[in-house]
Amino acid sequence: MGNDDLVTTRLETLVNFFREKGVNWARKNSLWPMPFATACCGIELMATGASRYDVARFGAEVMRFSPRQSDLLICAGRVAIKMMPVLQRIYLQMAEPKWVISMGACASTGGVFDTYAVVQGVDQFLPVDVYVPGCPPRPETLIEGIMAIQRLVEKEGIRPSAEREKGMRHVVQPTYQLTMPTAAE
Amino acid sequence: MLAALQSKFPSMSLELRPLVVRTNKPADQFYVRVEPGALLEVMRFLRDDERTKFEQLIDLTCVDYLNFPDAADRYGVVYSLLSLTHNHRLWIKCFVNDPKPTVPSVTSIWKSADWMEREVFDMFGVVFEGHPDLRRILTWDEFEAYPLRKDYPLRGKGEREDYPVIHRTDA
Repeated sequence: MGNDDLVTTRLETLVNFFREKGVNWARKNSLWPMPFATACCGIELMATGASRYDVARFGAEVMRFSPRQSDLLICAGRVAIKMMPVLQRIYLQMAEPKWVISMGACASTGGVFDTYAVVQGVDQFLPVDVYVPGCPPRPETLIEGIMAIQRLVEKEGIRPSAEREKGMRHVVQPTYQLTMPTAAE
Repeated sequence: MLAALQSKFPSMSLELRPLVVRTNKPADQFYVRVEPGALLEVMRFLRDDERTKFEQLIDLTCVDYLNFPDAADRYGVVYSLLSLTHNHRLWIKCFVNDPKPTVPSVTSIWKSADWMEREVFDMFGVVFEGHPDLRRILTWDEFEAYPLRKDYPLRGKGEREDYPVIHRTDA
């Protein structure tokens, strides 16, 4: 019957699609961030979630304040040593597979806060996948970082963290091209 | 104010000193130096006497006079008092020294001194005798140094690296 043919065709399409793309396609387009925002980068993170930059375009607007429901930890802002056990507990409570973005200069290196009480880069104590530079990074930069995580998910799939290689091992090149006016113009 | 203080404590030779020395105009803020042993007595008098009536302890902090020109003592604990009744202010300074700087706690006189004294203890290591709960308030419990002392390096002594690391295989 024609109906049966139609149903079969659709199922085949769906099966073929997932065979080609894998579950990673669905997963990378629904990254749920856990915002760990301690300082000015947190404001920038809010701006990324707001209407102008609209991180919902990447399926990542579902900010979860419970580590059990998120798979992307965005560490935005400086982390004091007193805060480190909290951050580590949140990371450990997140369900596999999980990814970590270190957002901004302070989370990545300690930034200007070269003092006794501030962690000089959360990667000293946590496995970080993507570093987002800037002080604070503009929302476009954070979106670039989220897209880098998406490429990572696409490439590495849903293996648990212990089996994943550390980070992307290459610098994310900007995806835009600056054009300079020539003398002729 | 000062007349009341001097009439009450004639033996202490209390005198007003300018808190900030300005060259272009006379000082309008003064402090009185009090010995640690007499601190509680003087403070209670300042709060309760009708002529002074300092109901409020605005601030309690500490100054490290290490390498300060002409400084005789190492630590100066500063009490900033405000009288809402008479609308006047007074600063009390209390100087202590190493090896064990100790000042009596004024929490029995002003409740607000609780957290301020904990902060001074945390940052300078000045011990407040009689404080109900003298713990560190800003730094973490395992921290051992006193970071606002002048001889403590800005980047610390390795405390910020001394922490358990989580690897990917732990999760």
